[in-house]
Amino acid sequence: MDRGIFLTPVVSLRGAGLQFGQRALWKDLDVDIQAGEFFAVLGPNGSGKTSFLKVLLGLQQLHSGTVTVAGHPVERGSRKIGYIPQQKSFAPDTPLRARDLVSLGVDGHRWGLRIKAKAVNERVDALLDLVGASDYARVPVGQLSGGEQQRLRVAQALAAEPELLLCDEPLLSLDLHHQQAVSSLINRQCHERNSAVVFVTHEINPVIDYVDRVLYLAGGRFRVGTPEEVMTTEVLSELYNSRVEVIRANGRIVVVGLPDATTHYHDDAHAGVEEGH
Amino acid sequence: MDLGSILHTIFNFENYGELLALVQNSILAGAVLGLLGGLIGTFVMKRDLAFAVHGISELSFAGASFALLIGADIIFGSLAGSVAAALLLGLMGVRARDKNSIIGVIMPFGLGLGILFLALYQGRAANKFGLLTGQIVSVDTVQLQVLAGTAVVVMLALAAIWRPLSFASVDPEMAEARGVPVRGLAIAFMVLLGVSVALSIQIVGALLVLALLITPAAAALRVTTSPRLVVLLSVVFAITATVGGILLALGSRIPISPYVTTLSFLIYVVCRIIGNVRANRGINGRIVRPGAAMGQAAEDQAVAG
Repeated sequence: MDRGIFLTPVVSLRGAGLQFGQRALWKDLDVDIQAGEFFAVLGPNGSGKTSFLKVLLGLQQLHSGTVTVAGHPVERGSRKIGYIPQQKSFAPDTPLRARDLVSLGVDGHRWGLRIKAKAVNERVDALLDLVGASDYARVPVGQLSGGEQQRLRVAQALAAEPELLLCDEPLLSLDLHHQQAVSSLINRQCHERNSAVVFVTHEINPVIDYVDRVLYLAGGRFRVGTPEEVMTTEVLSELYNSRVEVIRANGRIVVVGLPDATTHYHDDAHAGVEEGH
Repeated sequence: MDLGSILHTIFNFENYGELLALVQNSILAGAVLGLLGGLIGTFVMKRDLAFAVHGISELSFAGASFALLIGADIIFGSLAGSVAAALLLGLMGVRARDKNSIIGVIMPFGLGLGILFLALYQGRAANKFGLLTGQIVSVDTVQLQVLAGTAVVVMLALAAIWRPLSFASVDPEMAEARGVPVRGLAIAFMVLLGVSVALSIQIVGALLVLALLITPAAAALRVTTSPRLVVLLSVVFAITATVGGILLALGSRIPISPYVTTLSFLIYVVCRIIGNVRANRGINGRIVRPGAAMGQAAEDQAVAG
């Protein structure tokens, strides 16, 4: 990441800390994320992964330190940011077709009525084509599968041609086929179109081929580095404060002996296998 | 009364031409309210506020009957009641479940207050009945101007917040991430809804407001999910119900509300049947490519790319 010295990083955190009440999620976090970098945020439940995204979205204030996006302090609703949420089903009778959902990303935030319908429609068509969703453009979103909906979320997030793409567990509850499709779309935006991607996940394997660096949050501590540096027995054992075994097999990472995600990190390791941490 | 004379009471078209000239204002008022109800109704459906409309209308009824009792302007009274109720709901009910219980508490209270005020009122009985069941035959030019003027203001305000309100209504979390002021829009819409309810009460009465603010939009949503078409159909249905209701009610001495609500209901039933037939045939707009499982080809392409 030497080029980072010469370029303004897309995301820059300095001495950043976040705590709820007495409980510090993380603190003294210094990190720069560059354009075209695929940055994964990993960690157990309650480690502050989603809060990390909310800070970048401007929906959550830092407890200490500073954060900038594209050289400016974060602001809510920045057009430089695209956001892909967790898949959440729509009611079957939601009055919204696939193309309408995408069009919300194009001009849904603007005041007034849509005047230039033609321009918006053309943009929506292009976005639907980009994510391979043209065939169900006119289907109500409530009648689409979870994977199809997530493709639309990608299109919606890309509408503003964001410098920074924030993804909050976008692959959760998708089958393997759609996991590959959606993560490949996000990767293309990252490495071909040079957006910075912050990808929050509890499961690194679906994106292991794309990830440039990892931020691993656990037990109020964190580690930043390439997957090879961070996803090791030594580093994770130190973060969790208990013996954790990292095994690599066929390009996948398996973590064995992980403490139960919701209990305290200093608990004795529970016997069990969880993939991908 | 035999069936023939009942029918004659319900449908009486004697001296129709002369009557028509007399109720021009009423027809215009009906059209304005239909337009407003059709527009507001689409957002009521998107935001799942049907029950709230009912709650607001009962407090609006209380306000109107209080105005009647003290000899104040009835429109002003019903406006005050419904905007107060709408603001209360907008500020208090953040979660849907909360909202419904608050409405359930407000509704009987408003209705009870209204009955109290009407019981105390010594004037014409028709005035009392009109608040609950609607009366539009006696709209004079000044009333029409006030009605139309207020409706235009509401529609302009609605147009100004149309896109972000749509976004916040159907996709609130994403709208919030995009910087749309979701909460502010919710309160703004409740005020617009309150005013619309108060105006609609003038024509269909407090008990039947849903026929104007819910049924047309609900019917439209049965036959299409295209946002533009939903709005267009909802407005057409609402105007058909109000203007059609007035025209049918003209010759009889029955209030217009049963005509409006019945038309509204019939439109809904027809739309519902059309929607069900389509659903059974599996028509939902998906393009099925021959020789490929649904969407499979496109997906593979995306993965490969």
